[in-house]
Amino acid sequence: MIQVANLQVVFGRGRRANPALRGISFAVAAGEVYGIVGESGSGKSTVLNVLSGLWRHWSGQVSIDDRPMAGRRDRAFHKEVQMVFQDPYGSLHPRHTVDRILSEPVAIHRLGQSQARVLRALEEVGLDSAFRFRYPHQLSGGQRQRVAVARALILEPRILLLDEPTSALDVSVQAEVLNLLTRLQRERRLTYILVSHDLAVVAHMCRRLAVMRRGVIVEELTVEHLRQRRPRHPYTRQLISASIGYDRQAAEAQAEIDAEGEGD
Amino acid sequence: MSALLEVDNLRVTFTSHKETVQAVRGVSFAMGREKLGIVGESGSGKSVTCRALLGLVRAPGRVRYDGLRFDGEDLHPADQRRMQAIRGRRIAMVMQDPKYSLNPVMTVGRQIAEAYRIHARATPQEARQRTLEMLTAVRIRQPERVYDTYPHEVSGGMGQRIMIAMMLIPGPDLLIADEPTSALDVTVRLQLLAIMDDLVQARGMGLIFISHDLNLVASFCDRIIIMYAGRIMETCRAGDLHRASHPYTRGLLNCLPQIDQPDTYLPVLERDPAWRDEAP
Repeated sequence: MIQVANLQVVFGRGRRANPALRGISFAVAAGEVYGIVGESGSGKSTVLNVLSGLWRHWSGQVSIDDRPMAGRRDRAFHKEVQMVFQDPYGSLHPRHTVDRILSEPVAIHRLGQSQARVLRALEEVGLDSAFRFRYPHQLSGGQRQRVAVARALILEPRILLLDEPTSALDVSVQAEVLNLLTRLQRERRLTYILVSHDLAVVAHMCRRLAVMRRGVIVEELTVEHLRQRRPRHPYTRQLISASIGYDRQAAEAQAEIDAEGEGD
Repeated sequence: MSALLEVDNLRVTFTSHKETVQAVRGVSFAMGREKLGIVGESGSGKSVTCRALLGLVRAPGRVRYDGLRFDGEDLHPADQRRMQAIRGRRIAMVMQDPKYSLNPVMTVGRQIAEAYRIHARATPQEARQRTLEMLTAVRIRQPERVYDTYPHEVSGGMGQRIMIAMMLIPGPDLLIADEPTSALDVTVRLQLLAIMDDLVQARGMGLIFISHDLNLVASFCDRIIIMYAGRIMETCRAGDLHRASHPYTRGLLNCLPQIDQPDTYLPVLERDPAWRDEAP
């Protein structure tokens, strides 16, 4: 459903050129949940920005549903592909009520029946209709992220791009939001691309995942391989040990790998 | 082991014209020269507890306690003059995000040297020398180069090492680290913890490590305090965390996604209102 081949993005130019993506390729099937893990600066969010059309200066081939993507995306594209951002404190308009936040996409796409759609969207993300006329500052972090998910789903898209959807939330709230995303994916047969720095979250949600570092995919593997601790790349092994907890030896081993890395 | 810090029935309230919020409701603990972890979700009172110890809670916040002893001396967080002598010199605190805790218009080296000269009588040359040694101690490879950089020129991991260097240079007995690694990438995090681990052990310091990450605290600290709604729910040895008995602790542990558990849905934490009010 989503094909990406040799995608390259460079920020800046001339001497200050900074290659954010150095030719990455992957494919995601319809109804699949695909994960991208990596640390800050690895380029994982840039992938989503290119796919969603937020960033338009890239080279390579990107196609969705066998339609090649280029230039400005049309309205039909945005009805199919929606994005949920990391920070629910920054991605909702502070002076708009939940009702206005949710009815705006309906108005833009001229879907009609705004009120019924808003109520249905709230119900689906597990928010009471009493939340409809509240402002974002009257909601908790988890409730805000539910509103952000509702805003993405109100257009009934088939693809949802999730950029660190739970990293600003407490673990107990994270569990609720992840459960919500899992349920919606199953009910609507959605396709997800989930970007996160948290390997455990990606392993929980996805069947297949890509590990990114410094603008390249160092390894693509299935969750079964991850569970059996059979990653091929040393960086993936590092991520696994780092996500389990503090381990003296892992820290030392890593300092060495990093020291080598600084040479290139 | 004689206690380095004893806290008895600490309470912190914030009063606004509308209501009084009890941020900390009767916290008592004692610690020696060990690594003590405090875990809890946002709003559990873990940061306010540590700020209260240092006298950093400002009005309208109000701190009350039945007893507060540090290294055999009674502490009075309200006594600003006495706290000035203790803060930084004997008890130091590392904040969450180096971006907001370092002075952006002063070079890194000068900031650390300043921290040293405030607490020890030293010539500028001595301070510079000590600063370079300290930068080396936090495993910065080119201390001379880093000395002359500004905070915006260093990475997050480097910034946090600089913070640690600055906090440790006066030689405190107790280091409070408030989510020191949560703004950092997982692999950088491990190295930073290794550095803290070494320094705390080499200097025989006590460490209070505040975090929301249960697994991290369990693998790093000696003992753990679990807080909820301004109260201590449970205290246990770090190695025994996975045998913890309190339903809140169990709930927190269960709702974490695990690499090795292929569950479709995660258990959701149910909060019992009684936890707020019951004595632990």
